[in-house]
Amino acid sequence: MSEHRPNTEGKYKWIGTRPERPDGADKVTGRARFGADFSLPGQLIGKVLRSPHAHAVIKSIDTSKALALNGVKAVITAQDFPDQPNLIVPTGEMQVNMRDITRNIMAREKALYEGHPVAAVAAVSEAIAKQALSLIKVDYEVLPHVIDVAEAMKPDAPILHDHLLTEGANPPASKPSNIAKRIEFKKGDAKAGFAQAQVVIEKDYTTQAVHQGYIEPHATLASAAEDGQIQVWSTTQGHFQVRGFCARLLGLETSQIRVTPTEIGGGFGGKTVVYLEPLAMRLSQKSGKPVKMTMAREDVFRASGPAPGGNVKVKIGAMRDGRIVAAECIVEMQAGAFPGSPVGPACMCSFACYDIDNVYIEGFDVVSNRPKVAAYRAPGAPISAWAVESTLDILAQELDMDPIDLRLKNAAKEGTKTAYGVTFNTIGMVETLEAIRDSEHYKSPVKPGYGRGVAAGFWFNIGADSSAASHVGEDGSVTVISGNPDIGGSRASLALMAAEELGVDYNKVRPIIADTASIGFNFVTGGSRVTFATGLAVVNSVRDMIRELKVRAAKIWKIDPEAVIWEGGMAKPAGNQVGTFEPLSLADLAAQAGRTGGPINGHAQLNVTGAGPGFGVHCVDLKVDEDTGCVHVGRYTAAQDVGTAIHPSYVEGQLQGGAVQGIGWALNEEYIYNAKGKLDNPGFLDYRMPVASDLPKIETILVEVPNPQHPYGVRGVGEVPIIPPIAAVGNAVARATGVRMVDLPMSPPRLSEALDAARPMKMAAE
Amino acid sequence: MAKIHVNTTINGAPTEFLCDANQTLLDVLRDNLGLTGSKEGCGSGDCGACSVMVNGRLVCSCLVLAPEAQGMKIETIEGMAEGDKLHPLQKKFVEMAALQCGICTPGFLIASKALLEKYPNPTEDEVRYWLAGNLCRCTGYDKIVTAVLDVAAEMRESAR
Ligand code: FES
Ligand code: FES
Repeated sequence: MSEHRPNTEGKYKWIGTRPERPDGADKVTGRARFGADFSLPGQLIGKVLRSPHAHAVIKSIDTSKALALNGVKAVITAQDFPDQPNLIVPTGEMQVNMRDITRNIMAREKALYEGHPVAAVAAVSEAIAKQALSLIKVDYEVLPHVIDVAEAMKPDAPILHDHLLTEGANPPASKPSNIAKRIEFKKGDAKAGFAQAQVVIEKDYTTQAVHQGYIEPHATLASAAEDGQIQVWSTTQGHFQVRGFCARLLGLETSQIRVTPTEIGGGFGGKTVVYLEPLAMRLSQKSGKPVKMTMAREDVFRASGPAPGGNVKVKIGAMRDGRIVAAECIVEMQAGAFPGSPVGPACMCSFACYDIDNVYIEGFDVVSNRPKVAAYRAPGAPISAWAVESTLDILAQELDMDPIDLRLKNAAKEGTKTAYGVTFNTIGMVETLEAIRDSEHYKSPVKPGYGRGVAAGFWFNIGADSSAASHVGEDGSVTVISGNPDIGGSRASLALMAAEELGVDYNKVRPIIADTASIGFNFVTGGSRVTFATGLAVVNSVRDMIRELKVRAAKIWKIDPEAVIWEGGMAKPAGNQVGTFEPLSLADLAAQAGRTGGPINGHAQLNVTGAGPGFGVHCVDLKVDEDTGCVHVGRYTAAQDVGTAIHPSYVEGQLQGGAVQGIGWALNEEYIYNAKGKLDNPGFLDYRMPVASDLPKIETILVEVPNPQHPYGVRGVGEVPIIPPIAAVGNAVARATGVRMVDLPMSPPRLSEALDAARPMKMAAE
Repeated sequence: MAKIHVNTTINGAPTEFLCDANQTLLDVLRDNLGLTGSKEGCGSGDCGACSVMVNGRLVCSCLVLAPEAQGMKIETIEGMAEGDKLHPLQKKFVEMAALQCGICTPGFLIASKALLEKYPNPTEDEVRYWLAGNLCRCTGYDKIVTAVLDVAAEMRESAR
């Protein structure tokens, strides 16, 4: 059963309805063109040579034989890219250093992980390109490697970067290590809080790297002209970022690069960085021909952004009545081969669901010989939440308290100050907990053999830069132009807001996603910002257009523009006192536009702040096969404060998709490295993501607590749903079996081992 | 290496192509014939994004060698709508938001159509197991399964 509890009943005509998405027909007929579906006449195929070693000095690269092969048109290595300064730039919710990006797209001094690009070729066919790769001779000096975070933090660990001194170390670092950064958040006095606590629970947890798992591999097509202009087609969450990064990496001006976003087959944060684009562009420049590149699935796993794994220590102190008086969380997180894990958000989110007086949080950003991590849905937060929410469950058991009641007792509310310094505005943590507490699911008895787990999650959501334009066509129909790739139905939500604002039929509004040359700058599709921030830009551009429409009507009526109102898709006189005029529709005004001042357009450009944070609470019933350790998920409900659900079906879809990714993270997904530092499971057969038969229905409860800082109350909804599931599953496993899992994933071999280990104790206890 | 000449029927139209011995049917559909509706998610038979029908059987076209298509009847997503009329599954997927990014959608539609042709009255479990060869990372499968069950019910209704 899914519920939608609108707070806006009857207030809107379009918002909250579920019309068909504008790109629906294209996407069910195969007409929609994704990254690998673009081709140009005369194009070459580009291929990447990747390091077979986890850690090695690149002593020399001999490309002469490859270049001599018939059909090979260009070969590139790191020498084809200028070195970059130590310069931090934002990508989605994460930050990257240009110095590192250029080394990640093409290894320079050293190969730092298996799969790290070391050279690339462009040839007339895929077969020739592959043959050319085999002719490139790389002289490696293999170095000792380190994969595990705890190992990488040891003083005698192999060092990845000789220049890396721990930022924020106390005392300051004097020699290089793999710890790139140490961060700390404090509120109150944790020590005193723990001294006061009547119950203290302390536990260590580990998680493994997981992949975003988008079904569409990275793909790009680049065409460089002799005059220095380059066109690029790319499957990306941020074509403006592709333009910006590539301009820097290739030493061009942004105006020389025009990036068209293709339809995007999933990203979840993983398509906010560049991998193939700069290589294809450089190969195209060198060969004078268009170059198309796609990653094989294996490359996607080995060399594109996994989400990190990490180690988390959590300590929670409470009074016997359930009030939490102190909390501590220490997170050590994989960054991959270059600094920049999402340890910051992991720390900030760890206790953000709760109002706790005394908090201490510490985080470490740690490099090791793995691919550089990328954002994945609420980056970092699922890792700390898994540890914190599991510990809370232990506390609830210890206090013999209902886990929802325990959370309600400590829930963050309006006015709660977080450990990272922000004080919450209107939020819906309490309402979301209550929604689960009052749900039919939670009230139903747990079936014999099953365990029920609940957990909560928090995400900030972001705003940032957006541009939008609205145009009235000659016949009065409307085009709304924005610049964020539509990854999960955002065209529909933007069109709904535009239709609501304009007072016209949803089907009269056509949303278009423009390339980098056709609309102003837009930050990435990420951080759950599009419906919120780009939505606001669209609303403002429509308002700008309405202002112009009123001016035109005033001109026709020869009255003051102030005396015109816009209502139900028409310009009307503000009242009888200004005169009696027949209302003018969009079509009427468009027809006369030539005589009233020309085309009628609206524009908006904003740096959007005021993103409303989101809270989610999930509840799961599951049972564990005692022999195999296999988990059967029987029932699942996800509740979330979604602000206002603009298109409820796609909001539900975000909750359902995120929940299932979280279930996969909890139960099966992990990067498995062998002793040589090579990934042993770079394919969907061995990296097992959930399939339809693994799952029940994912029930949803959309709790609407509008964001006061958005005209329609929008909050981002895409990130939160991946945060609660891992701990919810772990808590249910603990309650079903009596065994508390602390290491992810809770896969059949791990779980059956844990059950076996617990058996003699259980038997002895009986 | 000499190219191989292959005669097939694709979406009802006699179609011939030249291919290399080691090209897959998916490669030929996408690269030689411009039918890019079938997608490559893995190239190893694990994701179902490349699902097509070959002589009435649901297969992963990334696992079929193109020369094997000689004399075969192939159906792809491009042939699913009739003229401007979407197949009921296509309509329902859009209506019920059974897709987010849409990369998996062609594969799910082909697989779902194959299911309903064989078992017009599937249970939810049967739909889930039939579609277990198709990966979707966006939707959590919920709306896909519901859409297929809905279409099955509607098709049974209209067949009465
Ligand atoms: S591409 Fe054929 S099964 Fe994935
Ligand atoms: S809708 Fe994106 S993979 Fe299915």
